Amino acid sequence: MPAEKRIKGDGSGIPDGMTGAVLKVNGDDYPVVFPTNHTLLEVLREECKLTGTKHGCELGECGACAVLVDGQPVLSCLQITTDVVGKSIETVEGLQHGNDLHPLQETFADLGAAQCGYCTPGILMVAEALLEKEADPDDEQITAALSGNICRCTGYNRIVEAVKWAAAKKRGDDWRPDEELFMGTEIPK
Amino acid sequence: MAKALSKPPEEQGDATETEFNLVGKPFRRVDGRAKVTGQTRFADDVHFPRTVYVKLVRSTVPHARIRDIDLSAALAMDGVLGTLVGAEMPDSFGIMPVSEDEHALAIDTVRFVGDSVAAVAAVTEDIAHAAALAVKVEYEPLPTIASVAEALATPEPQIHDYADEGNIHKKVSLKFGEVEAGFEEADLILEDNFFYEGSNHLALEQHSSVAVAEDDDRVTVYSSTQCPHYVHRALTKTLGIPSSRIRVIACSNGGAFGGKSDPFNHEAVVAKLALKLGRPVKITLTREEVFYCHRGRHPVQMNLKTGFRQDGTMASQHLRTTLDGGAFGSYGVASTFYTGALQTTTYKLPNYWFESARAFTNKPPCGPKRGHGTPQPRFAYEVQLDKAAHELGIDPAELRLRNLVEPNTITANWLRIGTIGLKECIDAVVKGSGWKARYGKLPEGRGLGIACSAYMTGAGLPIYWNHMPQSGVQIKLDRSGNVAVFCGETEIGQGSDSVLAVVVAEVLGIDIRDIRLCVGDTDLTPVDLGSYSSRVTLMVGQAAKQAAERARDKISNAVSEHMEVPAESLVFTGGRVFPAHDPDKGIAFNEAVIIAESRFGTLGTTGSYIPPRSPGRFRGAGVGPSPTYSYSAAVLEVEVDPKTGLYDVDKVWIAHDIGRALNPVLALGQIEGSVYMGLGEAMMEEQAFRRLPKHLSSSLVHKFPSMLEYKSPGFHDMPEMTCYMIETDDERGPYGAKEAGQGPLLPITPALANAIFDAVGVRVDQVPIHPDLVLKGLHAQATGHEARVGPAEFPDIDFGEPLIVHTPEQGGDGRAANDPKAKRKSLRSSSGTMKERDEALKEHSSATLTTD
Amino acid sequence: MLRLPPINLQSPETIQEALKLIAAGDVRVVAGGTDLWPNMKRRHQKAETVVSLMSIPDLDIIDSNSSDIRIGATATLADIIRDDNIRDRFPAFAKAVASISSPPLRNMGTIGGNLCVDTRCNYYNQTEEWRRSIDFCLKEEGEICWVATKSPRCWAHTASDSAPMLCALDAKVRLASVARERELPLRDFYVDDGIDYLSRQPDEILTEVVVPGTSDDAHCRSAFWKLRRRGSIDFSTLSVAAAVWTDDNNVVTRASMYLGAVGSAPIPVAEAESVLVGNKITEHGIARIARAAHKIARPMDNTDFATSWRGKMIEQYVTAALREVAGLPPLRMQPRHTLKVL
Repeated sequence: MPAEKRIKGDGSGIPDGMTGAVLKVNGDDYPVVFPTNHTLLEVLREECKLTGTKHGCELGECGACAVLVDGQPVLSCLQITTDVVGKSIETVEGLQHGNDLHPLQETFADLGAAQCGYCTPGILMVAEALLEKEADPDDEQITAALSGNICRCTGYNRIVEAVKWAAAKKRGDDWRPDEELFMGTEIPK
Repeated sequence: MAKALSKPPEEQGDATETEFNLVGKPFRRVDGRAKVTGQTRFADDVHFPRTVYVKLVRSTVPHARIRDIDLSAALAMDGVLGTLVGAEMPDSFGIMPVSEDEHALAIDTVRFVGDSVAAVAAVTEDIAHAAALAVKVEYEPLPTIASVAEALATPEPQIHDYADEGNIHKKVSLKFGEVEAGFEEADLILEDNFFYEGSNHLALEQHSSVAVAEDDDRVTVYSSTQCPHYVHRALTKTLGIPSSRIRVIACSNGGAFGGKSDPFNHEAVVAKLALKLGRPVKITLTREEVFYCHRGRHPVQMNLKTGFRQDGTMASQHLRTTLDGGAFGSYGVASTFYTGALQTTTYKLPNYWFESARAFTNKPPCGPKRGHGTPQPRFAYEVQLDKAAHELGIDPAELRLRNLVEPNTITANWLRIGTIGLKECIDAVVKGSGWKARYGKLPEGRGLGIACSAYMTGAGLPIYWNHMPQSGVQIKLDRSGNVAVFCGETEIGQGSDSVLAVVVAEVLGIDIRDIRLCVGDTDLTPVDLGSYSSRVTLMVGQAAKQAAERARDKISNAVSEHMEVPAESLVFTGGRVFPAHDPDKGIAFNEAVIIAESRFGTLGTTGSYIPPRSPGRFRGAGVGPSPTYSYSAAVLEVEVDPKTGLYDVDKVWIAHDIGRALNPVLALGQIEGSVYMGLGEAMMEEQAFRRLPKHLSSSLVHKFPSMLEYKSPGFHDMPEMTCYMIETDDERGPYGAKEAGQGPLLPITPALANAIFDAVGVRVDQVPIHPDLVLKGLHAQATGHEARVGPAEFPDIDFGEPLIVHTPEQGGDGRAANDPKAKRKSLRSSSGTMKERDEALKEHSSATLTTD
Repeated sequence: MLRLPPINLQSPETIQEALKLIAAGDVRVVAGGTDLWPNMKRRHQKAETVVSLMSIPDLDIIDSNSSDIRIGATATLADIIRDDNIRDRFPAFAKAVASISSPPLRNMGTIGGNLCVDTRCNYYNQTEEWRRSIDFCLKEEGEICWVATKSPRCWAHTASDSAPMLCALDAKVRLASVARERELPLRDFYVDDGIDYLSRQPDEILTEVVVPGTSDDAHCRSAFWKLRRRGSIDFSTLSVAAAVWTDDNNVVTRASMYLGAVGSAPIPVAEAESVLVGNKITEHGIARIARAAHKIARPMDNTDFATSWRGKMIEQYVTAALREVAGLPPLRMQPRHTLKVL
């Protein structure tokens, strides 16, 4: 970590056990002072007030807290904050382009890939990282990429379809999921 | 809050398909945008300046008297602002009036590892945690009761002194019809023992509550709850302040599945501490603590005996169940009845005897989880039907079709069945899966299994006896054209906000974006009992429809005067109001509201819903009735590896009688999510405990209270799914709708067991179906033993004298023939306010178990 | 929310500085933190001072262009999977690494961390409050190993997937301390004890792993099989790592096999060597090795799945791994959790 990014220094008044730093989140600077033992999850939610990032276990077992650090998905509940000072952090709050939803946000909302919405931010961020490196991921790639994220509402299949739909939108392709995902499968005669 | 549609309604589907504006079309849920942008405010996202954080000190012993709580070390820590112990909140609470056995913090006795003993409040959660660890509690141990068997063998000491007998919380025996005679006329009698393990909801959001004191006796609590109204009642009991000064706001729930439908002690603790400290107080549970709150699926042992005739029809059934209830009542009395109540709703069963016992044990309390008490006996029933089909040489799908309950009939246990689309469900999954060509004919190791189920669309009775609506909606309209809808319902992910909005938008013919919702706030919204028992679509939907129709009628009256056209001729659609015969003469909706506001003054309407009275009049008849029932059928395809017992579920076909899908894309999500959760229970999920060697320790602990070791299926574990929605257009539901959020879970576990049998010839009569069980069955098969794995026996329990209830077929009147308590109950007051309820109350009120 | 206790976190920028810090005692070393932080949140690993290696430049370098591959201790598991040379030349190793936990965790977890990952037991990987309720266990603060109450030792199981694979591939680790530096065959790095499971000295830091070029795909056939409940996230409840060197006539010249998660250390299956060397791989030989492996393994009731069934699975998984190495068609169906490096 670049030491010069740390505010703490002579006369800073920051006591032992605390760290002062400027975090770069969604392109914005967040000057924060936080207990050094607080993970990125805690600092994002409690100091930056970016509560879009969720927590389901705080032990790296559910994926709800996933955010991007320099474009890579990490579990913010296990990410010691001082290690990401000076790096680019992205959270769900930064996904939108202006007031327009990101394609992933659109397709998750329209396809019912978010029900309670609690695992959604983590899944969106992991999916975003996947789409950044893979413009047209197949089911297997999506499943593998998202396999660290637990969702208790949807049964997952709709999430995989929503990621594919978003990838298509991002590519400018007009592919969309089967009509049966919107209306149910036609009753066999 | 109302959110934008992805597209204007007119582009959202083929408008010519139905007569509806919105109903039946897939549109973005109203909270969709908030949920994908991080804007949705869950309880832990609520923050106030100067918030104080609470940690609960939890019992480290399974059963003990509390000798001493030493808070001194905690209080001496910098940043600790206060503590709370049980004696400061002596009044008990509990969801069911018959089992108000919980306290905010334990008084005298702890009943399981994780039971709450004290609370510590501090300026940070770090300090609160350190302080909680510093609290010393001295215990005087009591015997550990770890199972139903131990509860039966250990009547003393009682975990609760109000139990029916010893540590048996509740005993039930209900006999409908000529059960013994039925068995005599049977050609085939099957008797099997089954076991269904308990499981946790594992909602991804951990419970959280924030309390803010607004005066010396006025407090607001934000909470992750499915039932703000019941939390409000519990806070009224525990805080000792008037209910008019307690406000409960249900935040959007990050999943619930029944796990947030009890009022919880931590909600009372933060409210009390907020009043004590004068600062906002927050608690957010860890995952481990969520496992201690539990209220999940009861572990249930079952003995099922059914008499079949040669043609596959059923003559009689006797079902016995035991429930391992854990340390508190919770919804347990209802759960107990539910392990038998819906057994009659799918197939004709002329004679039926149901006996059950729920035990208190030193474990976190069980309660309602998706399907509440019914997946367990449904598993037993559907697996036994599969066995019967093989014994009788009848195709399992055909056997079910021969037994279907007729629509608009009353079952042997006095449940009124409305529409039933089960035949269409079975037909759909049979055709979709290629059942006829493939069942019993797939290569070794590959198999198909079928199962069916039914579920309630809302419990017919409220949790506590009252004469008031179960759901209320208020609508406010004004000259802006915006329609504000107020309702106590709670969004838990199931899409209840969207149901509320779509019904109002449908009636008024407006865009959903022109609706603003205010929900789940006990001060601002009319009471809705909560998001449980699959009641919201039907009950909130009907209340919303009534309120919206009243608003529409008001507007119609004013507009008809203004336009000089008959009110009945006015059509509300596309954001306009116009006479049917002359659409060009129409006006915009907001202009119509202006006319109405000018004519009548400030506009507001209300709607209420009370379910129709059920015909059952015996004690226990309160559990099971519903305005209507949903039906499901599922076929699963599995591949089993005969060398390891490992198996993959490759494909699921599920058909669900939903009455009508108000928003198909959301309804499908409920069906798929139910299948997912059913698969989790079928394959891996278990709330398991460790009893340490008794000679070394009395401890009884949750085996693995974590997301890592409590196995819930992930992305890799989900099969391909085909969903058919069967629309039966039930007159009791809004626009014909029934539930979809629970029913489709039920057929999944038995369908898996049946598919494994088709694949390798092994019967696994218990869930979860771990691979070692399959391998054990295969080993038995290979060594010439019965290829069955499951419990060998059922506990020897005296369920007491059965209540004898004559069935409708026998000419019964819905009352028990031998109930000594019945007469006394008939003297109960019958004053009421609503028309339907008035009629209902003319009868005596013995139907409700909550008056026991 | 479960949080870390207060820590004095040191982030030295040179290995020498780090070594000096750990020589001072009561210090734990952290890299990706995916093992230490959960353990500290649950309070079963404690430390006043934690020394992070993540600020040390170049400790994460992967040099895969020479014959021997050298991987710096803080190279992430994701970095390893992404390395084309490793994927091509050591496919079973890549598979083992790709099977660890979940994708976001692999972006954080390091090879050094995985090789040193604490042994696991579900009487131990629990919070302070939970462990109080069983009066703790032998591994930490308690008197009794609850897995085997009469046992004088701790039975926590090795949880690393890279360890059995790299043992089978003859990998070495480089250990540095202030005073010296040494290279150690990885197999000698592990000790069959749930508590003292590493031969690492308290003042040593694992700085590098060396995988010999003679173990690559051109020289030997290797396989990695793993049994766990779900297709991701879960630790192994059993893993089998096999490497077999053959001559031009398919006669085995060397064989090495290790079992993971069924003992406190990766367990070598000596019969792989004694049965196979000098012979071609036959079904009969595979069956002998599988039975022997079942006998020497010690699966305990401290992780997922029924213990006796896990034992039986050892034979199945050893057979599967050796059939893969021998190029024999798989007998068992491909599980849904087929390990793939995507």
